[in-house]
Amino acid sequence: MTWLGLYNYWIVVVLMMAGFYIVIAQGNLVKKIIGLNIFQTSAFIFFISLAWREDGTAPIVLPGVTAYANPLPHVLILTAIVVGVALTAMGLALVVRIHEAYGSIEEDDIHQQDEER
Amino acid sequence: MVSDATLVYLALAVPLAGMFALIAASRWPALRDSLVVVTAVAMFGVVVQLLPRVLRGERPSASLIELFPGLEIAFLVEPLGMMFALLASGLWIITALYAIGYMRGARELHHTRFHVFFCIALFSATGIAFSSNMFSLFVFYEALTLSTYPLVAHKGNEAAKKGARTYLGLLLGTSVGLLLPAVIATWWLAGTLEFTPGGIMAGNVNPAIGGLLLVLFMYGIGKAALMPFHRWLPSAMVAPTPVSALLHAVAVVKAGVFTVLKVSVYLFGLDYLRELATTDIILYVAVFTLIAASLIAMQQDNLKARLAYSTVSQLSYIVTAAMLVSEFAALGGGMHIVMHAFGKITLFFCAGAIYVATKKTEISDMHGLGRRMPVTFAAFFIGALCVIGVPPTGGVWSKWHLFMGAYDSGHQLVVLALIVSTLLNIAYLLPPVVNAFLLPPKEGDQGGGIREAPLLCVVPLSLTALGCIALFVLAGPLAGLLRPYLAVSGGW
Amino acid sequence: MTEHLPALQVVIALTAAPLVMLLNRLPRLAWGVTLAACWATLAIALLLLLQVSDGGEIRYEMGGWAPPWGIEYRVDGANAWVLLIIGLVSAVVMPFARRSVEQEIPADRLGLFYSAFLLANAGLLGIAITNDAFNIFVFFEISALASYALIAMGRDRRAVLSSYQYLIMGTIGTTFLLIGIGFLYIMTGTLNLSDLATRLEGVTDTRTIRAAFGFIAVGISLKLALFPLHLWLPNAYSYAPSMVTVFLSATATKVAIYVLLRFVYTVFGFEFSFVELSMAWVLMPLALLGIVIPSLVAVFQDDVKRLLAYSSVAQVGYMILGISLASALGLMASTVHLFNHAITKAALFMAVGCLVYRLGGVSLSRVAGAAERMPWTMAAFVVAGLSLIGVPLTAGFVTKWHLLQAALMDGFWPVAALLLATSLIAAIYIWKVVEAAYFRAPPDDAREVREAPLSLLVPTWTLTAMTIIFGVWAQLPISAARNAAEALLGAPQPW
Repeated sequence: MTWLGLYNYWIVVVLMMAGFYIVIAQGNLVKKIIGLNIFQTSAFIFFISLAWREDGTAPIVLPGVTAYANPLPHVLILTAIVVGVALTAMGLALVVRIHEAYGSIEEDDIHQQDEER
Repeated sequence: MVSDATLVYLALAVPLAGMFALIAASRWPALRDSLVVVTAVAMFGVVVQLLPRVLRGERPSASLIELFPGLEIAFLVEPLGMMFALLASGLWIITALYAIGYMRGARELHHTRFHVFFCIALFSATGIAFSSNMFSLFVFYEALTLSTYPLVAHKGNEAAKKGARTYLGLLLGTSVGLLLPAVIATWWLAGTLEFTPGGIMAGNVNPAIGGLLLVLFMYGIGKAALMPFHRWLPSAMVAPTPVSALLHAVAVVKAGVFTVLKVSVYLFGLDYLRELATTDIILYVAVFTLIAASLIAMQQDNLKARLAYSTVSQLSYIVTAAMLVSEFAALGGGMHIVMHAFGKITLFFCAGAIYVATKKTEISDMHGLGRRMPVTFAAFFIGALCVIGVPPTGGVWSKWHLFMGAYDSGHQLVVLALIVSTLLNIAYLLPPVVNAFLLPPKEGDQGGGIREAPLLCVVPLSLTALGCIALFVLAGPLAGLLRPYLAVSGGW
Repeated sequence: MTEHLPALQVVIALTAAPLVMLLNRLPRLAWGVTLAACWATLAIALLLLLQVSDGGEIRYEMGGWAPPWGIEYRVDGANAWVLLIIGLVSAVVMPFARRSVEQEIPADRLGLFYSAFLLANAGLLGIAITNDAFNIFVFFEISALASYALIAMGRDRRAVLSSYQYLIMGTIGTTFLLIGIGFLYIMTGTLNLSDLATRLEGVTDTRTIRAAFGFIAVGISLKLALFPLHLWLPNAYSYAPSMVTVFLSATATKVAIYVLLRFVYTVFGFEFSFVELSMAWVLMPLALLGIVIPSLVAVFQDDVKRLLAYSSVAQVGYMILGISLASALGLMASTVHLFNHAITKAALFMAVGCLVYRLGGVSLSRVAGAAERMPWTMAAFVVAGLSLIGVPLTAGFVTKWHLLQAALMDGFWPVAALLLATSLIAAIYIWKVVEAAYFRAPPDDAREVREAPLSLLVPTWTLTAMTIIFGVWAQLPISAARNAAEALLGAPQPW
C-alpha cells in the first residue's frame, strides 16, 4: 500500500487543486483570496510533512533519542506563513479599496463598470 | 595640408554644423536662409578638396567608431563615392537657392524644420557616398530614409501624411526586411562587410546562396525603385518641389542606385556576378521596370507624377547597367547617375517654377504657358533632352555606354528594350514642352506677357540646364574619374 | 568595509525603508533619503561589478553563519550585472520621481510610497544577490508585496484592480516556486544554490527533480510574464504611477529572468535543462509567440503606456528566445538585452511620464500635437523608440545583432527572419505615437502645456543618451554580458 503510505501528498494535492479551482472559478474577490490561502497552505503542509522522519521526535536534544524530525522546513515555513499572512492582508486591503471604488467585489460587475465608462 | 581623415569628417560635419546654426537662427529668416546657402557652399568646398586626391589615386579614409570587433562606422573615398558626393553637394547649392525662392513663393510653412531635415539628408547622403563598408552604408541609408520622412510629410495634410506613410513603409520595410538580412547573411558568410575591389563573395559564398543574396540586396535597396517596390517614389511627390528635385531626383534615389553599384562591384564583384543564376533575372526585372514605368509615365497628367515614374524608369537603367556585368555598362551606369541627376533636377525645378508662378500641376493645364514662361520651358526642353539622351547634352554619353555594354555582353533583348524606352522617353517628356509653346493658352490664361517665377527659382533651373549641356563636353573627365573603380575588377 | 559590500547592497535599501516611513510628514526629506539610498546602491553595485569583472566571484556569509546552515550571498558576473541594472535604474528614476510622484500621489502618503519603493528595490536586489533558494522566495515576496502597493497607488481606479490581479497571479507563481524548491530540498537536503548544483548531479534522473524543474520554471515564468502567462503585466504597467512603471518595467521582469537563468544553468545545469528535458523546444515556440502576438496587440493600443506594456511582453520574448537558442552566444544576447532593454524601456516610460505630467494622460488623442509643445520629451521618445526597434547605433541594435547571429549560427533562418519582421512591427507601433505627436493637430480642448520640468527631463535624457552611448560604444555592455554568460555557463567561452 505504498500509494496510500504517501497520504500526506494526497492531502496536499487535493488542497492545492481545491485552492487553485477557487482562485480561477470564483468571481468573488474575497473568495479568491481564500482560495489563494488554501493553495498556499497546501504548499506549507507539503513542506512540513517533508520534515517528518520515521520514529523521529521533535528536534529537541533529549537523552536516548537519536532520530529527530528535520527542523529546517519548520523554520522556513514559519517565514512563509508570515509572508502568506502579509499577502492575505494586502489582498484584502486591495479588495476594500476596490469596493470603495466600484461598490462591488464581484469580478463580472467590476469589469462591466469599466467597460461602460 | 589638411589630413585626409579631417577632410572626410569635415564633409560630414559641415551639414550637421549648418543644421545647428539654422536652429539657432530660426527667428531671423533672412539670416537662416543665407546660412542654408553658406552651409551648402562650405560643404561643396570641402568635398571638392577631396577630388584632386582621389584623382591622384589616393583613397582618403577615416575610421569613426567600432561598435564591436568587425563592425565599424568607417569611411573611404573612392571614385564612385567621390562622384556621388560631388554631385549631391554641388546640386545642393543650387537647390538651396531654389528652395528659398520656392518656399517663400509657394508660401509653405515651417521653413526651419524643412531646412534642418534637408541638412540631415545631405549629411546622410555624404555618409552613404563615403562609407567604406556595408554596415556604415546601411546606417546612413536608414538615416536618409528617416530624415526625409518629415520632408515628404511636410505639408501635414491628409494626402501628405498618406504619401509619407507609403514612403516610409516601403523604404523601411524593404531595408529592414530584405536588405538587413542580406547584410547580416553576408557578414555571416563572408566574414566581412568591407567594400573590396573585386568583391568579397567569391570563394566564401556558394553561388546558389549568392544568387539569393543578390535578390535580397537588389530588392532590399528599395531606393533603387525596382518594381514592384517603386510605389514610394510617386508617393514622395507630395513633398514640396525642392525635395522632389534634390532628394527624389538626386540624393535619395541616386543613393539607391549608388548602393546597387557599390554592392555589385565591391561586394559581389563582377566576375562573381557572372556566375549567379539570378543576375539575369534581376536584369530582366530592371528592363521590365524601365519599360513599364515609362508606359505608366505616359498616362500621368500630373507633371510631378510623370517625372516620378520617369525617374523610376531611369533608375532601372542603372540597375540594368550593373546587372549587365560589363565594365562598359557599369561605367555607363556610374555616368548616368550624374547625367540623369542634372536632367531630372532641371525638370523638377521647372515643375516647381510653374507651380509657384501659376499654381498649375497638371500637364493638360499648361498649354500655351511657354509664352509666359519661356526660360522655364526652354530649360525643361534641355532637361528632357538630357534624360532622353540626345546631343548636345550629357545624357547621350551614359546611354551610349549602356548600349555598348548591352551589345557587348550579348543581350540583344536589352538593346532593343533600351531603344524602345528611349522612344517612350521622347513620347512622355517632349509633349509638355511642345504643347506649352505651340498650343494656344486656355481661356482665362491669356495676356500678361512674360511672367516667370521669382528669380531665385529661375536662375537655379537655368544653371542646371546649362549643366546638362556642359556635361556633354565634360563627360570625358567624368569617365576618367570613374574608370579606376572598375579597372580593378578585371577587363580593362 | 569592502568585504561587507554584498550585505550592504541589500541592507541599505532595507533599513532606509522604515526610516523613510517615519519621515512621512516630511516628504522632501523622505525623498532625499530614498535618493541617497538608491545612489549608494548604485555605487555598491558598480564596485561589486568591478570586483567580479575578471571572472571571479565574491562569497559572503550572512551573519557569519556558514552554509548550508546560514544564508550565503554570492556575487559573480551574472548577478553583478543584474544588480547594476537595478541600481542604475533606481538611481536615475529617483530624481525623476520627486515631481512626478508629488503630482500623482496624495501628499500625506509620499513617505509611505517611497518606503514601499525601497522595499521593492531591496527585494529585487536580494533576489539577485542571494545564493539561497528559499531566500529567493522570500525576497520575491518582499518585492512583490511592495510592488502591489505601489501599483495600487495609481490614480485610475483600475490600478487597484490590476494590482489585485497581479497579486493573485504573482502569488501562484511564487507558490509554485516554493513547491519546486521543496522538491529540491527533499532530494538534496540543501537550499544553497551552489550546493544544490553539486548534489543534484547524482539524482537528476528522478521524477522528483523533473517535477521540481517544472514547478520552478512555471512559477518563474509567471513572474517574468512569459507569454501566455503575461496577462497581469499590461494592466499593472498601464495603471501604475509613472515612476513605478519605469522602475518595474526596467527591473522586475529582468530579475525574474535572471532567476530562471540561475536555476537553469547553475542549479540544474545545461545538460539537464536543455539536453534531457529539451527545454529549448518548449521555450522557443513560447518566445516566438510571445514576440509576435503582443507586438501585434501593441499596434492596436490607443493608450501609449499600455502600448509600451505590451511591447515589454514582446521584449521578454526576445530574452527568452536568446536562452532557448541554448548557445553561449544566445545566452549572451539575452544578458546584454537585460541591460539594453532596461535602459530603453525606462527611457520610454520616463518620456511617457513627462507626457502624463503635463497632459494628464497618454491616449493617442491626447498626445496628438504634443511634439510642438514638448519637443524635448518627444525627441527622447523618438530616440529611445529607435532603440526599441533596434536601429543601428542604438542599444537595441546591439542586442538584435547578437540575437540574429546566435539564431543563424544554429541555422534557425526562419527565426532570424521573424526577428526582423517583428522589428518592423515595433517600428509601426512606435511610429503610431510619433505620428500622433508630430503630425496631428492637438485636440480642441487641449490644455495649454509647456515642456516638462528639468527635473523630469534630465533623468529621461540621461537614459536616452545611454541608449545611444551603449549603442555606439557597445564593448562595455558586451563584455559585461559575456562575463555574465561565462559565469552562468561556468566556463570561459571562445566568443
